Amino acid sequence: MRHIISLLMENEAGALSRVAGLFSARGYNIESLTVAPTEDATMSRMTIVTRGSDDVIEQITKQLNKLVDIVKVQDLTDGSHIERELMLVKVRATGEMREEIKRMADIFRGHIIDVADKTYTIELTGTVAKVDAFLEALEPSVILETVRTGASGIGRGDRVLKI
Amino acid sequence: MSDTQLTGAEIVVRCLQAEGVEYVFGYPGGAVLNIYDEIYKQDSFTHVLVRHEQAALHAADAYARSTGRVGVALVTSGPGATNAVTGIATAYMDSIPMVVLTGQVPTAAIGMDAFQEVDTVGITRPCVKHNFLVKDIKDLACTIKKAFYIAASGRPGPVVVDIPKDVTQHSHEFDYPEQVSMRSYNPTSKGHAGQIKKAAQMLLEAKRPVIYTGGGVVLGNAAPQVTEMTRGLGYPITSTLMGLGGYPSPDPLFLGMLGMHGTYEANMAMQHCDVLLAVGARFDDRVIGNPKHFAKEYHRIIHIDVDPSSISKRVKVDVPIVGDVSHVLDEIIKHVHASGERPDQAALKAWWAQIELWRAQDCLKYDRGEGVIKPQYVIEKLYEVTEGKAYVTSDVGQHQMWAAQYYQFDQPRRWINSGGLGTMGFGLPAAMGVQFAHPDAMVACVTGEGSIQMNIQELSTCTEHKLPIKIVLLNNGYLGMVRQWQEFFYEERYAESYVGSLPDFVKLAEAYGHVGMIIEKPEDVEPALRDAFGKYKDRLVFLNFLTDPRENVYPMIPAGKGLSEMILV
Repeated sequence: MRHIISLLMENEAGALSRVAGLFSARGYNIESLTVAPTEDATMSRMTIVTRGSDDVIEQITKQLNKLVDIVKVQDLTDGSHIERELMLVKVRATGEMREEIKRMADIFRGHIIDVADKTYTIELTGTVAKVDAFLEALEPSVILETVRTGASGIGRGDRVLKI
Repeated sequence: MSDTQLTGAEIVVRCLQAEGVEYVFGYPGGAVLNIYDEIYKQDSFTHVLVRHEQAALHAADAYARSTGRVGVALVTSGPGATNAVTGIATAYMDSIPMVVLTGQVPTAAIGMDAFQEVDTVGITRPCVKHNFLVKDIKDLACTIKKAFYIAASGRPGPVVVDIPKDVTQHSHEFDYPEQVSMRSYNPTSKGHAGQIKKAAQMLLEAKRPVIYTGGGVVLGNAAPQVTEMTRGLGYPITSTLMGLGGYPSPDPLFLGMLGMHGTYEANMAMQHCDVLLAVGARFDDRVIGNPKHFAKEYHRIIHIDVDPSSISKRVKVDVPIVGDVSHVLDEIIKHVHASGERPDQAALKAWWAQIELWRAQDCLKYDRGEGVIKPQYVIEKLYEVTEGKAYVTSDVGQHQMWAAQYYQFDQPRRWINSGGLGTMGFGLPAAMGVQFAHPDAMVACVTGEGSIQMNIQELSTCTEHKLPIKIVLLNNGYLGMVRQWQEFFYEERYAESYVGSLPDFVKLAEAYGHVGMIIEKPEDVEPALRDAFGKYKDRLVFLNFLTDPRENVYPMIPAGKGLSEMILV
């Protein structure tokens, strides 16, 4: 099953490599990983999307907790949560496709953030599924380049990951 | 500059002094010259110069294993650090508290492919509990304090502190913190009260109980609690390789070691018990074999461990308890007493009757042969001659298993071996660490002719420090455990397991200034050992026992098989 694991860790050199190293050493899979400092610059927040049986996910959270740099770990999938991913996609936009792509971007609530003679760059935010759906809706031949951040997640309501 | 300004090198030395370090095992080199210069000027701890960095790590590790204190090693950058890696990984796998100081090239040279530069933090990351690169002298003292704290608390382990050369040159005020607290590191020590109560109840309800103890009992100093609980309940107890000595081996309640080369009674009891109390053990592949086979029988399992990730890793447990084993056992004992209940004596009697039937197999009996020395016999005689009071280190292979099976450890921290990583070359440097920690104790290194040659250069360190270690070499001319697997599982194709061209070990020992003996007949085994521990008590004695090359370690559970699928003799 797919899980979104959120964690707070010390914003130290090498902390990211400890997490990445743990996943590769123990054969866990990483679908995506995003990390950036929080409002407290001494701490970083990481979101890892992974897949595994319940036993594997239990081990992943325990092993993450064991890393000395990690302050707190939460499996967001244990409760209701929101996840978002940002994608930038550059598409070939010429002739009648120019209008067509703009309409498609509107439908998906995307924004065109760069316009050139022959291309658009579109910014799109949403769940991983929505971002996937947008790519599927575009004709493959128009896609020139995509860049995705991987999912970030946060618990709903009062559920807070903080020290 | 005020008077209180110290150089980084002085700070390192002052930190070690503040931690009460007795011995530092190490090897100098360019990046650590400033630190060595400060070591030269002080006399509060002894630096032991080894002949290869790996040995420094094993010696520090064994010092820690035999005392319970944090072992300290110091090596230079680059090859110094990479040579140390095997020793670090050895300590990591067996959860040994150790602080390893490594020199690093100056901060400005980091990343420049400088002479003797390696990414020590990167290389050691997967085999340390934690590691640090100290880039600023103001963090030096605090980092070393953290290193000692992390190494010794929770589930212990090695911590590497990588110190660039310029940091040892710079000056700063020295302020060694009394304590450190880290928001990201707070190991659990007290067990959950509700779980403890449940565990006590489950233990009392058992009809076919087994207590299964591991290295955590030794590391967590819980031998007294284990003994009290086991005797109080009258339950059978078994131990992993790493837990030996956590409960007195000669005691009738002790079923012997379990696992791949465990006793028939221990493995059968483990497979067929209804309630299993696992204490500081981790159900690893050499212990329960195939977890699916183990799960065929219905067990209710209580698992006490200081490391939550050890619980329900290979085997699902019913009552997990995270905490220091000694503390949790104290609480369980209290609950058992307070309940006023006693285990079902009739059921327990029937269970013991079954166990005695298994025990009657006498699975450790061996053909004593004629005219040829049996390796088991050497260990039995070693036990007799030392009256069970020696510290025994071992290398890895058949001799290690025989030492574990036939030397009856009755105290914790006496059996020193590399169980997790299985590091050949561990035994001799480990014996050095133990002998430094216990100068008056008998220390025997049980080894094979393969293993001993992996760190044989340390005979020189032993000469320098006059360490009266007894090397008990069970020399069968083969990499015995490899040969055994090839005999069983590779149709006797002995690929590269015969060790030809062995040196004359007697002459070799003598070349280093030690006593060497070659023993070829069974009747000479005991007299040789008596001489080694008697006449040559104060010397290092290298006993080269020529043993039966065809002898195998029994019982044996083939890899991937279940506990009740043992090969007996």
